[in-house]
Amino acid sequence: MLSRMPSAHKSSTPFLVGLLLTMHGFFVVIFLVANAPLEKTMGIVQKIFYFHVPCAWLLMLSTFVCAGGSLAYLFRGSERGDRLAVCSAELGVLFGLCVMVTGPLWARAAWGVFWTWDVRLTSSLLLWLILIAYGLARRYGGAGGRRLAAAMALFAAADVPLVYLSVNVWRGLHPTTKVVSSLASGMRLPFFLSLAIFSALWGVLLTVRMRVERAQARLVELAIAVEDAEGKSS
Amino acid sequence: MARPSWAGQAGRIAWKDLHIEGRSREVLYTMGFMAALVVLVFSFAFISGQEVTVGPDVVAGILWVAVLFSGTVALSRTFDRERESEAIRSLLLSPVPRSAIYAGKLAATAAIMFLVELLLTPLLAALFSAVLWPHALWLGLLLLLGTIGFASVGVIFSAALLRARSRDALLGALLFPIVIPVLLAASRATAYLLDPAAPDLDPALFWTRFLAALDVVFVVVGLWTFEPVVMGD
Repeated sequence: MLSRMPSAHKSSTPFLVGLLLTMHGFFVVIFLVANAPLEKTMGIVQKIFYFHVPCAWLLMLSTFVCAGGSLAYLFRGSERGDRLAVCSAELGVLFGLCVMVTGPLWARAAWGVFWTWDVRLTSSLLLWLILIAYGLARRYGGAGGRRLAAAMALFAAADVPLVYLSVNVWRGLHPTTKVVSSLASGMRLPFFLSLAIFSALWGVLLTVRMRVERAQARLVELAIAVEDAEGKSS
Repeated sequence: MARPSWAGQAGRIAWKDLHIEGRSREVLYTMGFMAALVVLVFSFAFISGQEVTVGPDVVAGILWVAVLFSGTVALSRTFDRERESEAIRSLLLSPVPRSAIYAGKLAATAAIMFLVELLLTPLLAALFSAVLWPHALWLGLLLLLGTIGFASVGVIFSAALLRARSRDALLGALLFPIVIPVLLAASRATAYLLDPAAPDLDPALFWTRFLAALDVVFVVVGLWTFEPVVMGD
């Protein structure tokens, strides 16, 4: 075990390039969003769309990546899958928080209320709650907590399509997914670039968080090895 | 002696659980009492003075919240019994597919919950003068589907939390976010069935089908994940 190369020595160049590109991208996106045409009825309020939709997409992506990692952990015993699952779940909670803050801000201006029980709002909230519960299961679930959390992630992924189905049957107040395809041409570039940059940020954060997780696992491994060595010598 | 089929094995595990329950009636009484208390707590909280008319939405909501809260009591006991004298070890060592253990546990838990619900619903109808009889069978089907959906997730979680210290506190907190679609579909459908003024029952039919689809998905995921979840490190 100890002969394995310490993970911190892995090449950081691709990561640093990604980090710099992401940081640079945010400046470009802010500029583009500021110069994008104003929406006719909502005006400046609509600009939150460039922030809200990418965050919602990342909440969804985090859920599925968490489920994918959990699948690998549960059925193949992959430790890496487990790390991927816990890290993406944490990012899902973070981006979900952004969705839950920006959504009501926009809703107050556009619909006059902070919150409605529209199915899409409700389903995002549910996803977010499941990811928070995932964290609770990992931290306080005891010996079976990790496997329980993995099962939760799989149930969450199975939940998503069904919740989405009910959205289409019960078309609510929320703008439907058709909004993106009907975007004015001047809004399209800032929107898709914002989506790409937010996804890149997600990737950068995931990489950093997974390194921490790996280093922690490595530290535990080393501590056990030291204890073993001390036990043998005494 | 010939080895029983998968369904036979699941049936025997369910029978074992129901047999133990039949002797002690512990879950039946505690869950039933808890369910009745939840209904009463809601009655005291919502109703004041001589006013006893609440809408079908509220009655359906109270029914399903009572089912969920009292169901958590039943679920935490499902695997608690296996903890005594490490019975879970012998259960997992027995040459039975893990999925059959899951199916058996699910059947036993759902059966006990359903029995309590059959007693709870008339009580609710009496307290809130709701009209049950026009769609009694449909309502029964809804209760059964909702119970299966809830228990199919709950059995997995209850098994995984077997050795956790804060088991009882965690079970509800982890289970409810996942089963909220079940609660949503079941209480919507029940509200339409209890509403004498409802113009047609199409929405109830939609939500009943939705609930059945949820059940299928949850049971499939449950059968599939039970083995890796209960296997120790």
